[in-house]
Amino acid sequence: MDIFVQQLINGLVLGAIYALVALGYTMVYGILGLINFAHGEVVMAGAMVALSVIQLLVGSGVALPGPMIVGLGLLVAIPTCMVLGYTIERVAYRPLRGAPRLTPLITAIGVSILLQNVAMILWGRHYHSFPPLLPATPYHVAGATINDLQIFIVLLSGAIMAALLYLVHRTRLGCAMRATAQNPEIAGLMGVNINTVISITFVIGSALAAVAGVMVSAYYGIAHYFMGFMLGLKAFTAAVLGGIGNLAGAMVGGVLLGVIESLGAGYIGDLTGGFLGSHYQDVFAFLVLILVLTLRPSGLLGERVAERS
Amino acid sequence: MTSDWEKLKRDPRVVWAVYIALALLLLTLPFVTDWAFGRSWVRIAAFSLLYIMLALGLNIVVGYAGLLDLGYVAFFAVGAYFYALLASPQFGVHLPFWMLLPLGAAIACLFGILLGAPTLRLRGDYLAIVTLGFGEIIRIFLVNLNAPVNITNGPQGINLIDPVSVGGYSFAQAHSVLGLGFPAVYNYYYLFLALTLGVMFVSMRLENSRIGRAWVAIREDEVAAAAMGINTRNIKLLAFAMGASFGGVSGGLFAGFQGFVSPESFTLWESITILCMVVLGGMGNIPGVVLGAVLLVVLPEALRYLGPLQQALFGRVLADPADLRFLVFGLALILVMLLRPSGLWPSTTRRRELSADPDATKPHEATA
Repeated sequence: MDIFVQQLINGLVLGAIYALVALGYTMVYGILGLINFAHGEVVMAGAMVALSVIQLLVGSGVALPGPMIVGLGLLVAIPTCMVLGYTIERVAYRPLRGAPRLTPLITAIGVSILLQNVAMILWGRHYHSFPPLLPATPYHVAGATINDLQIFIVLLSGAIMAALLYLVHRTRLGCAMRATAQNPEIAGLMGVNINTVISITFVIGSALAAVAGVMVSAYYGIAHYFMGFMLGLKAFTAAVLGGIGNLAGAMVGGVLLGVIESLGAGYIGDLTGGFLGSHYQDVFAFLVLILVLTLRPSGLLGERVAERS
Repeated sequence: MTSDWEKLKRDPRVVWAVYIALALLLLTLPFVTDWAFGRSWVRIAAFSLLYIMLALGLNIVVGYAGLLDLGYVAFFAVGAYFYALLASPQFGVHLPFWMLLPLGAAIACLFGILLGAPTLRLRGDYLAIVTLGFGEIIRIFLVNLNAPVNITNGPQGINLIDPVSVGGYSFAQAHSVLGLGFPAVYNYYYLFLALTLGVMFVSMRLENSRIGRAWVAIREDEVAAAAMGINTRNIKLLAFAMGASFGGVSGGLFAGFQGFVSPESFTLWESITILCMVVLGGMGNIPGVVLGAVLLVVLPEALRYLGPLQQALFGRVLADPADLRFLVFGLALILVMLLRPSGLWPSTTRRRELSADPDATKPHEATA
């Protein structure tokens, strides 16, 4: 039972991070119908930029409290990622709008490779450790432990998601975004500047990615140039699980995937009599993905049909 | 001028001259490259041929049938591990090459059907992601199936795989025929060349067959294809199975050639590389795909020379050429897609469609 609660908590924290990244995928897919393969790399860029700032501050010996240093790192990382997201859209996707579907997917893969390798040249191949600047006082709940950082991650993602929902459903900009998602041409006729809306979507998604990147590297204590890839894939899975194009779906899918993964990793050894171990954790995400797409392609909350051509 | 050129292209004497020149070039390639660039380039030439086979296999799935497969390397892996397991000290089994190659193709084909059957009703990018997931699952199993029962030997991979040998002629030993020395790499080059030509022949015949036309019809418009009486499910499954078996054959050859296999060789990047060969070269066009494969094998190797070049220009190595390889690769992908979206050497039908009426291609390409 203790293991169950513990894995549930771990899954929730992991899921909160997945959800933030998944939102970026789902927003772009909702509007452009494009899988933004490079989104995981934006997450990585956020983490690496924040880490560099943090290392600089720690190295310079400035006497600042830990959370403030991380906050400063985040403050640099978010605008950097916003610019990155805007540039990616402007250079790699916008000229190809209306091109065959495979074309932007290939450029997305190209951007992903490019960013990874630039990051590798800038920050090297090795793993960077994230300094333990954030308080991690453990609390004991129902036989399991949860620390400050974990609580903070869950609360912050919750707040960001609430803000995003408000933005999309209650503001003029959100209205324009939803209109563009439904039908770009008609939205344009109604006076929506589609290009601006799409750019803003990418910028918002990238800002969320930066936050998620800092969270994930602070949580695991490491960052490296390759971290965005698997995270991106899993977040995409989460978006599909919830119903791609659907914001609430991405959140539900993210949390659900996090929980499935950690429960799966926690119990697979017992279930298979020790034949398969917790190193199969990564398989769960893909199994979930394949199952969802074959059984319910529209996802849990989605109304879009996967079999659109 | 164009008409002269067209006339020249149709002249049988010119066609034959080109074929003979190509044949001579391919037959003498190992000797020439060995003499000009060194032994390692013969190996690269052999690898180019291997990748041509892989790219042609994926071309059936992506180029003809228009099904985007991002996990193609899984079939390559299945073929390679099948060969490795049954021709190495791992289980102490040493089956002969001529038996393993078709069996490996059959097993890979089976995996293709296994993946295709439940997923083929998905289209476009969803199929891409599911196949990507499948590829990763296969790799994760290869990494982890070393405990509690050691099957794949985990991340270390399988060593000491039997070299290819047919009827007493071992490809791993140097032979001397008619006074010409044939080191191991040469043997493999000629073996791969023969098989590549075979695969190309099958591809060409398929392209113009009833099945090939059915694939293209599905790519252009699935609903219309079904209305014409094509059993779309079976035909798409066939595309998957055919593509997979080509992958399986290449995998077996790879295992025999390398002498060892490890999960490292079957990452998602490998799938993406093969996809890039098909897309950059020109989807659905055999010469284009061949060009794409050769370019993407040879270019990264050529980029290695950037190291000494930097040394000469700046006095030190600014960026490790090994790091630059994929950087250039990503950049090339973006640029080609932006500037020449139909690939470097598009098929004639597609080119004709593009030049006649730019709007005519949109509906079918949207499904690809």
